Amino acid sequence: MHPAIQGLITIVIGVGGCAGYFYFSNMLLDKVLFPAKGPNAGRNIKRANMIRPWLFLFPALFVLGLYLTYPVIETLRLSLTDRVPGGGYTFVGLDNYAQMFGEPKFWEAMRNNMLWLVVVPAAATGFGLLAAQLTDRISWGNLAKSLIFMPMAISFVGAAVIWKLVYDARPIDQEQIGILNAVYLALGGAEPQQWLTIPFWNNFFLMAVLIWIQTGFAMVILSAALRGIPEETVEAAIVDGAGPFQIFFKIKVPQIMGTIVVVWTTITIIVLKIFDIVFAMTNGQWETQVLANYMYDKLFRANDWGVGSASAMVIMLLVTPILVWNVYNARKEMR
Amino acid sequence: MDNIAGKKSSLTWAVHISVALLVLLWLLPTIGLFVSSFRTADQISSTGWWKALFPTEQTLTLRTKTAEAQTQENGVYVIEGNIYEDDPAGEGKGEADITSWGISSRDVSAFAPGDTAELRGGGTLTLEASGAYRMESVEEFSGSRGQRVFVTAEVPPEFTLENYETVLLSGNATDSMAKAFFNTLTVTIPATIIPILIAAFAAYALAWMDFPGRALLIAFVVALLVVPLQLALIPLLKLHLGIGIGKGYLGVWLAHTGFGMPLAVYLLRNYMVGLPRDIIENARVDGATEFQIFVRIILPLSFPALASFAIFQFLWTWNDLLVAIVFLIDATGDTTVMTRQIVELLGTRGGNWEILATAAFVSIAVPLLVFFAMQKYLVRGLLAGSVK
Repeated sequence: MHPAIQGLITIVIGVGGCAGYFYFSNMLLDKVLFPAKGPNAGRNIKRANMIRPWLFLFPALFVLGLYLTYPVIETLRLSLTDRVPGGGYTFVGLDNYAQMFGEPKFWEAMRNNMLWLVVVPAAATGFGLLAAQLTDRISWGNLAKSLIFMPMAISFVGAAVIWKLVYDARPIDQEQIGILNAVYLALGGAEPQQWLTIPFWNNFFLMAVLIWIQTGFAMVILSAALRGIPEETVEAAIVDGAGPFQIFFKIKVPQIMGTIVVVWTTITIIVLKIFDIVFAMTNGQWETQVLANYMYDKLFRANDWGVGSASAMVIMLLVTPILVWNVYNARKEMR
Repeated sequence: MDNIAGKKSSLTWAVHISVALLVLLWLLPTIGLFVSSFRTADQISSTGWWKALFPTEQTLTLRTKTAEAQTQENGVYVIEGNIYEDDPAGEGKGEADITSWGISSRDVSAFAPGDTAELRGGGTLTLEASGAYRMESVEEFSGSRGQRVFVTAEVPPEFTLENYETVLLSGNATDSMAKAFFNTLTVTIPATIIPILIAAFAAYALAWMDFPGRALLIAFVVALLVVPLQLALIPLLKLHLGIGIGKGYLGVWLAHTGFGMPLAVYLLRNYMVGLPRDIIENARVDGATEFQIFVRIILPLSFPALASFAIFQFLWTWNDLLVAIVFLIDATGDTTVMTRQIVELLGTRGGNWEILATAAFVSIAVPLLVFFAMQKYLVRGLLAGSVK
């Protein structure tokens, strides 16, 4: 069967199935199980209303449980076991973790992830704030924002190709086609550089790609926050003789601190999971390994599910503080 | 802002210039790829794309007609023709006036147009700016190949759609994006539509129904928002293989539905909570069932939030690589998606920028269209979706 037809049928079955499920399960509840008439009408309505939320929630909870909760537990279990050739698992305790901690590649990935974690959220939030503030009051601000926001729609893989062209290097006797090398030579660089193969610094060239993508996101959110600042506070500052920089750093930034933190943590989570950019541009060579790509290597190239799962748990562990903080805030807000 | 205090800021110009620089910096990489996708392989490797918009000086190596074409005029042997037309390599360059030319690789610009050069094998060659040439010799021309001529000309900017033809229509298995394009579409559409419906019902329950454990469930959804999907790869692949779904579209649709669900529920709940309470209470009093309220009132009112999520999910599934390589693409590679195809091209055709750039641009074009057409909803969704 042609996949497109299969896709269409899936849409029909999926959408029809969902709609049918909700319709008929509600019908069943109201008409058959607990009809709102007869001697027990009041009790029946009450019972129906107790069950109904779970009818509405069931498909979503099922999917969430199966596709996100179960894997966390299963990955934890896998990280503590080894596959026995021929089928089955044996419990090996923390051996997988010990093996992983003994590998220099893992520590390289950890170091790089920490670098990413420090640089990317800071740079993207910083540029985003700068762009939001600068475009706020100019006539073509919306157009500028739109263009800075655009990379958001581009896939990590597409961005990898775009930036590989930027970083391209040709031998010195040929004309450069990578704009970075062309600029570098024009500014007096001695010879063209293979930017992605210079250990340590190449990490920053990879980070540039993600910063390029995420700045637009930061800008959009921060721009909305800046607009939400009460005018009076700014006016009062002007009357008191504050300069533009003072207004920005002493009046505006403190008022949107909450939003800045939200943007920062959101980008942090994206950074912790970063995979495609490294996979497509260097595949972890030249000391650019990161955790997610390390994990992919272990799972699908080395076929070592134990160590792969252990590294996935490390990513989970790094995300946990943000997870707890988010839940804490969400609950505080609901009260 | 400073106008309020009655003085025009001297910073205004600085602001305009810095914004222009910032925008330029953010646009340049994409423009580079875009321009490159319309250039031939030769153009890309000979000059940077930023020079593509201006005429460039190019030196071509062309050959005249072979000795077979010679005629005899008044006792001299003559070969006449146009250097651009006689050599396939000169095709399409005909409008460029020749600025200088030569017959030795050591001095490619030895002569001006109209000059006459002495050939090594005897005889002379005269070349005009238009490319017309005339070779004369008292002895018969010999040799199986034509005379080599180095031609330097100002070539006007030139763009081609050839790359798109290769990438979309050629049917060449390694370069072709056509199949991958449809595969991506096949993955994306169901993976966008199905989660919306499931999530909308759940979001309604979480927003407007009262039941024990509601707050806990919301916290649960917020927690799942940040769970890395990397954790799900092996357990779910095992599960899919175990229950017979295997690697394929069904698996990838289910996986995308699962991974998109927390954001969908969270976004939609946040929006639905803000709907006016009166409407819903009135409907309840009038005897509408919850199902009716949901379908007739909540769904239409929630359209902006539904659109926001749909865009997110569309962009995310269209641009995804990891979920596709784990759950969809099997050893045959029949179900490859565009992102995967591009990564393959990066490996096998790392130097062929014309193919790479075009392939990448084909995959980028659709999200960009969606982005510019529906930016309003995207921004709205972002503002609602970031955990406050």
